Amino acid sequence: MRKFTDEHEWLDCTGDVATVGITSHAAEQLGDLVFIELPKVGAKLTKGEAAAVVESVKAASDVYAPVSGEVTEVNAAAVADPASVAADPQGAGWLYRIRLDDPASLDGLMDEAAYADFAK
Amino acid sequence: MSADPIPQDVARTPLHALHLRHGARMVPFAGYAMPVQYPAGLLKEHLHTRSAAGLFDVSHMGQIRLTPRSGDIADAARALETLLPIDVLGLKPGRQRYGLLLDETGGIRDDLMVAHCGDSLLLVVNAANKAADEADLRAHLSDTCDVAVLARALIALQGPGAEAALARLSPEGSAHEVSAHEVSAMRFMDVRALDLLGTAALVTRSGYTGEDGFEISVPEDRAEAVAEALLADPAVWPIGLGARDSLRLEAGLCLNGNDIDSSTDPVEAGLSWAIPRVRRRGGARAGGFPGAARILDALEKGPARRRVGLRPEGPAPVRAGAQLFGDETGEPVGHVTSGGFGPSLQAPIAMGYLPAALTAPGTRVFAEVRGKRLALAVTALPFVPAGFKRA
Repeated sequence: MRKFTDEHEWLDCTGDVATVGITSHAAEQLGDLVFIELPKVGAKLTKGEAAAVVESVKAASDVYAPVSGEVTEVNAAAVADPASVAADPQGAGWLYRIRLDDPASLDGLMDEAAYADFAK
Repeated sequence: MSADPIPQDVARTPLHALHLRHGARMVPFAGYAMPVQYPAGLLKEHLHTRSAAGLFDVSHMGQIRLTPRSGDIADAARALETLLPIDVLGLKPGRQRYGLLLDETGGIRDDLMVAHCGDSLLLVVNAANKAADEADLRAHLSDTCDVAVLARALIALQGPGAEAALARLSPEGSAHEVSAHEVSAMRFMDVRALDLLGTAALVTRSGYTGEDGFEISVPEDRAEAVAEALLADPAVWPIGLGARDSLRLEAGLCLNGNDIDSSTDPVEAGLSWAIPRVRRRGGARAGGFPGAARILDALEKGPARRRVGLRPEGPAPVRAGAQLFGDETGEPVGHVTSGGFGPSLQAPIAMGYLPAALTAPGTRVFAEVRGKRLALAVTALPFVPAGFKRA
């Protein structure tokens, strides 16, 4: 089931690997994206640290690691075409995949309804 | 990542309801609720302004009229020259000029436009400085001039389609003394009183995008009618502050508070062109403005550091505040004052200050971004050629 964080990220978990992206709400707030920097495959991330950067014309925004773990894959298409993230942030515009140190770390996150309420 | 809510105490411009009607996202800026972008988004708004026309609400800026108590405009011009290093006395009726308010050390307090309106001078000053500028003008000019802050809206219409869009509002054969012909007859930095929809507007052919265009001063209660009439033209889109900033950066224009402030003087800011010969050493009215000794020296010796354009070699934008280095390991030698992405260039661009030895176009320098040193090339300004109607 898709989970959401209060930092406006989403996670889809399959086994112990989660796909991470920014929410449609976040993408709308950021506006047109012109540059994306993703972590390196193999990077060990600690929950709360800056894992990726998304930049609009106006500003750079950090995307924080929603969980701790190791990066297993990054979306090279998003780096090549940042506009694709703005266009489909919760689908083709995913950012990276991470193997969770602790699968239970998703337990406290919001479901879609709770996030929709949060982002109002 | 969510937008800051707008505090209750920010002011609204006369076009506030229009912005909301056009779906703007509003942000607080210089004490006003201002549109940062409309549903089209910053990139499209930027490109549309370069290819057609954009309408900007710049009513937050200060419009200050100086009327000479003697009735002789030369008295107002002479008085204003004690604050600005420019040639006000030589400004002809119906013409506008760029100027700088300096402090006693020659630092830049504000940049502004001075228009000669026949019997008065009209200054357009930055929103964040308008109270301080008004106080400054009153303190220094009240003996010679009546200083009045005008309650008028200011609408910028910018882009290659601006002339046609404005001419449509000023129909030929109107009962008033102006016509579409007078719009097209205006040249860059001309000032004219025009009749727009029966409203007495003061129009200058100038702006802050590098494009041809106009700034239109109208009474507050007529602003919405004039703006909506311009927006009824499909060539004219409403444009937010986001694209206003990327357009002026591509045009190499300074943002007061970022690229120029009290720590920068006009010579190092690359604005020496605004200081004419008549105010320099040997000129008929040399000096006589705040910080003159330092500025006149700097004009002769050349600056120790200078504002330059910068093109990052890679795709990552380099933002204001980033430190600049002459190599990949040394100490910082300068800093970035404006930086982002240039939609017309589809590449990151920036401006910043570097030591004179590193300012030749093509010089390779480095900026620190997220702990890494990224290479940039010093580049001549503007990044995008100006489209002014000079002839």
